[in-house]
Amino acid sequence: MNITEKILANASGKKAVHPGEIVDANVDMIMVHDLTGPLAVEAFKKIGTPKVWDNKKVAVILDHQVPAESVKAAELHKTMRQFAKDQNLTFYDVGRGGICHQVMPEKGHVNPGEVIVGADSHTCTYGAFGAFATGIGSTEAAAVFATGKIWFKVPPTIKIDVKGNFQKNVTPKDLILAIIGKLGVDGAIYRATEFTGPTIKSMSIAGRMTICNMAVEMGAKNGIIAPDETTRKFLVDRVKALQDFKSLQSDKDATYEKTVEFDVSKMPSQVACPSSVDNVKPTSEIGTIPIEQAFIGSCTNGRLEDLQVAAQILKGRKVKDGVRALVIPASQEVYRQAMREGLLEIFTDAGAIVCGSACGPCLGGHIGLLAAGETCVSSSNRNFIGRMGSTQSNVYLASPATVAASAVTGKITDPAELEAKKP
Amino acid sequence: MKGKIISKAIVFGNNIDTDVILPGKYLILVDPNELGKHALESLDTEFVAKAKDGVILVGGKNFGCGSSREQASLALKYSGVKCVIAESFARIFFRNAINIGLPAIECKGISDAVKTGDEVAVDFKTGKIENLSNGKKFQVEKLPPFIMQILEDGGLIENLRRKQKK
Repeated sequence: MNITEKILANASGKKAVHPGEIVDANVDMIMVHDLTGPLAVEAFKKIGTPKVWDNKKVAVILDHQVPAESVKAAELHKTMRQFAKDQNLTFYDVGRGGICHQVMPEKGHVNPGEVIVGADSHTCTYGAFGAFATGIGSTEAAAVFATGKIWFKVPPTIKIDVKGNFQKNVTPKDLILAIIGKLGVDGAIYRATEFTGPTIKSMSIAGRMTICNMAVEMGAKNGIIAPDETTRKFLVDRVKALQDFKSLQSDKDATYEKTVEFDVSKMPSQVACPSSVDNVKPTSEIGTIPIEQAFIGSCTNGRLEDLQVAAQILKGRKVKDGVRALVIPASQEVYRQAMREGLLEIFTDAGAIVCGSACGPCLGGHIGLLAAGETCVSSSNRNFIGRMGSTQSNVYLASPATVAASAVTGKITDPAELEAKKP
Repeated sequence: MKGKIISKAIVFGNNIDTDVILPGKYLILVDPNELGKHALESLDTEFVAKAKDGVILVGGKNFGCGSSREQASLALKYSGVKCVIAESFARIFFRNAINIGLPAIECKGISDAVKTGDEVAVDFKTGKIENLSNGKKFQVEKLPPFIMQILEDGGLIENLRRKQKK
């Protein structure tokens, strides 16, 4: 079996499972946030079960409309705060956590080999730690609150094998954009995606999270990476007890629907052009695209490593007149670390605005929205029509390095090109 | 869920994402009727007016891709969509639709066989879909019995409640 199959077999009490089989899995952890939680709470109350099946396995994280920008949002937060209190759940309020997908592993709620579901599509991020993690809707979350179980159709797995060393300022984000560009937005629909190979093996946790985070953008049920020493180092002081993950490797005779190979050694930076995540081209080939906004943040690319790369480019430079640059650290922990390292000073010196840890403009519901005719280059994950505001605005997805370089020049710019011009 | 429905169809293309079905700015709304007023407005400002008397939505590949927001499937249901038929679905949308009692049927070839305004008949019991306007017929794979049961109960919550009463 491969890792995904091993986890699903274990969670459903079976010796082995096969693609296509429907299993009833035990859930190890469930997460809801302020925009999906309230519907789940309402549905849970309708079921009539007074208490969640296991209060230690439910996390509530406020991150989308944070801090509340409207009375309606404040009411949603109030609902979740009360539910968390009544049920005695793990709860991260405004200013205590940050973006749910950063907070979950950071605070030790993710362990290799676990089945984790979250009422957010980017729950697949936790595959970076060798967990089977996938997004669900609010009603299904309510059902898990009540029963601790969920059905899955065991997915066929696509293996994505990556080799080569990245060139300077080419990052895991560029890789995942290239992968989605090749496979397409429905290229992994109903599939598991397993990322392997020397490039993944030597990749940091932050990079692995970026890769697994965007697996859903090609329709995948989950993205997963075999846990290793890098995983152990990140989790060991965060989780209560680290799961033994020695057996969490795909067997030599594991079956895959197909294997797709990538070599990053000559890969330039990549951009996903409007309005589809698979509309991917090398940055140097998209022509001149002037921008009004540059956004560095989100569950895809708001981690310390991302801010470090962006700060390196912005240090001693200015955000171009006519461009607004937004920097949003993915969590309070990332925020504090960035502050200690002087990164926030570099951003504000350059003329960027640093906002509190939250989802920000990524989904167009809170701050940093776009007017008609405006263009944003963003380190986030979706460039759908109207995603960040007006249906007449455009979003280009890129790495934090490309976003930072673009903020300086006022047009979408390959960081390699900007660095070449350095005096 | 009724055993059979006949309705006018509205056809959309491939990769209809949940952001265009219901933009993020509406996720603070909690009343499903309010959500319904904004269904698919990014693609067609007249959609809600066209859907209000009941329609079958026909989509291409990867219908409902993107966000896990259940509000997207709720918005469709409360705008008047009786059923969504598509070449394929994004998995979270598919589950959400079923869980709120909105039938979602995968049917290869449907997007070329139906145009907006055609009258389409869906028989959930037999898995037969027919475009009454041009006579084209499809036999789809029936949903597993436990999923059919969720739809028959009117959604996952009702399904759980019924099971608890046993």
